[in-house]
Amino acid sequence: MKRGKGMTFVGDSRIPANKQKFIPKDYSEYPGRTEAFWPNFLLKEWLVGAVFLVGFLCLTVAHPAPLEKMADPTDTAYLPLPDWYFLFLYQLLKYKFASGAFFVMGAIIIPGLAFGALLLAPFLDRGKERRPHKRPITTGLMLLAFIAVFWLTYEAAGHVDWKAKAENNKPVLPEENAVEIDESDPGYAIYEANSCIQCHGGDLNGGAAAPSLIGIDKSVDEIKDIAVNGIDTMPAGQFEGTDEELQQLAEFIVSVNEQATEE
Amino acid sequence: MLQKMYDWIDERVDITPLWRDIADHEVPEHVNPAHHFSAFVYCFGGLTFFVTVIQILSGMFLTMYYVPDIENAWRSVYYLQTQVAHGQIVRGMHHWGASVVIVMLFLHTLRVFFQGAYKKPRELNWMVGVLIFFVMLALGLTGYLLPWDNKAYFATVVTLQIAEGIPVIGEMAKTLLNGDPNIVGAQTLARFFAIHVFFLPAALFVLMAVHFIMIRKQGISGPL
Repeated sequence: MKRGKGMTFVGDSRIPANKQKFIPKDYSEYPGRTEAFWPNFLLKEWLVGAVFLVGFLCLTVAHPAPLEKMADPTDTAYLPLPDWYFLFLYQLLKYKFASGAFFVMGAIIIPGLAFGALLLAPFLDRGKERRPHKRPITTGLMLLAFIAVFWLTYEAAGHVDWKAKAENNKPVLPEENAVEIDESDPGYAIYEANSCIQCHGGDLNGGAAAPSLIGIDKSVDEIKDIAVNGIDTMPAGQFEGTDEELQQLAEFIVSVNEQATEE
Repeated sequence: MLQKMYDWIDERVDITPLWRDIADHEVPEHVNPAHHFSAFVYCFGGLTFFVTVIQILSGMFLTMYYVPDIENAWRSVYYLQTQVAHGQIVRGMHHWGASVVIVMLFLHTLRVFFQGAYKKPRELNWMVGVLIFFVMLALGLTGYLLPWDNKAYFATVVTLQIAEGIPVIGEMAKTLLNGDPNIVGAQTLARFFAIHVFFLPAALFVLMAVHFIMIRKQGISGPL
């Protein structure tokens, strides 16, 4: 078939000077049992697609898409991680030769060379031979890159406690926690004056170091005991006021909780 | 009836050649898994396209509920996930499809690479394919921010830091993506949404069209 610059037309660019009839593609160069695409082969492709779709939907139903807490830029304890297919780049940037003063090496030169070589593969591997074992350098480099990516991804993902991460970041509608806190309450002043506020936060919602004080099922006496003697990771002796103040503090926390359950 | 409608259109715009280009061709034996089971490796490209179609359709339905705004983005996704009928399924398809399409694309790339199918005359099509791979990765990167949850926000902060570290153009690249030299916030979400929903799909459609036209023009590569 004649193509390109050598082609001449009669006036109208749609009509070539040498009119050719459409000739179906010639597959005689691949001798064997060819099959018509429409409708025979397409039907088989359709079946493969249907089986694939069933598997895909099973995955979707079995594992709902994850959603974490609403973004909170002040959450300094959060461990940032990209999606899994970027983990290898993320891991690469952790190594000494690819970070700090060598950042350009890790962020641009290494990935640039790798992806640039992938893009220009046809011009780097110019031989006529197509079989993988007949072009060992090309095949070897690709296998090396594949192993490197696999290893880096494993190194990045293997040290993450995914379960704990998901557990600490369960999606909660922000309104559910937003209890109106009466800051003029004498209990709040005591909460502020002692060190409670530093870990449990100004709105009693907790933080990286301590859990929320809203939604706990504890009596006044239990709260008094925890404030004085500590619990889990909370050390004893955090409360430094009088017994009367302790009573006020505990009653204040209980009142906030009662208010929260009413809503 | 259908034949008459076809003839009516064909008489005016001559669609028969188009039809022959799309559907009327022979499939050679060496790519047909019915004859050689190992030929299933030729399915990866088609399955990539199939997942891409799933992504486009599920994404279109997601935009019916999604609100690209920092106050409401997370809430709209939460609402979709918990309240909307089948919202969880549609979002699940888009979420898992984003991973499956990368896997399929990777397998397809490896198949073409190890078979040396990128050699003359298919160099251009290989390059277009690698560009599609890059566009897909960029789609994954921008789409990751949209639910506006903690993992989305903090991953994007890191991404933008990396962009900023590029010599010479780093600052500009960051501002272009971020909408602001420093704050990752409302503008960032709006820009990532626009990039994810308009710019990259437009690029993807053009590249895919070129990819498929070239396959039809050049035919599939011969057996090894």
